Amino acid sequence: MAEEYKVDLELDLKGLLCPLPMVRVSQNIKNVPVGGIIKAIATDVGALADIPSWARSTGNEVLATDREDKEITFFIKRVK
Amino acid sequence: MAEDKKKMAIAVMSGDMDKLFGAFIIATSAAASNMDVTMFFTFWGLRAIKKNERTGKSLMGKMMGIMEGGDINKADPSKYSMGGMGRWMFKKMMGAKKVATLPELRQMALDLGVKFYGCQMSMDVMEIPREKLIDEVEDCVGGGFFVEKALEAEVQFFI
Repeated sequence: MAEEYKVDLELDLKGLLCPLPMVRVSQNIKNVPVGGIIKAIATDVGALADIPSWARSTGNEVLATDREDKEITFFIKRVK
Repeated sequence: MAEDKKKMAIAVMSGDMDKLFGAFIIATSAAASNMDVTMFFTFWGLRAIKKNERTGKSLMGKMMGIMEGGDINKADPSKYSMGGMGRWMFKKMMGAKKVATLPELRQMALDLGVKFYGCQMSMDVMEIPREKLIDEVEDCVGGGFFVEKALEAEVQFFI
């Protein structure tokens, strides 16, 4: 559904647990330009709350969240 | 940019495995959320920033060094300690689920720019000199320093 986004960086966060998914996203957000998009795939259900919270705290944006079986895919836009 | 970062100050008094997990998970989460984080390790919390070396000068200090020996890897959980069994059990359970270990979380905190401080007074009492703490510790300070950091911070924790 969300595949229309132009992804600048893909992150495999499968198997990682709190706080690693959000930490990895925060470490990698600098690797995309402002306006760029990270596609991150996690399996930690806690990340469903953590990554949007992280985005609000840091002024970035979660464009879409896809949940398919155990995999949760986030499309995260670097806003600043 | 740096000035408008929000700040967090954490006083870590506990050397319990579970509480250290809590402290380092909050610290790394805050640092990842673009906050400046200060961790002040006092009393039992010093275990989290100790090297795995013997400490103590006086007889009692040496006894304490033996009883409280070891580094962050030797932290026992606050419940089910059972002479090291609990530690082993939690490590097994956490390892099976691939939770980051305490040394990994501590390193992650450092990588994210979290600043560590030791409590000079507890170090004096427990006879733990600066060189027995990991090199990454910024400084050994006192209550006034922590209060200043806590005042500057939007969020404070005592763990």
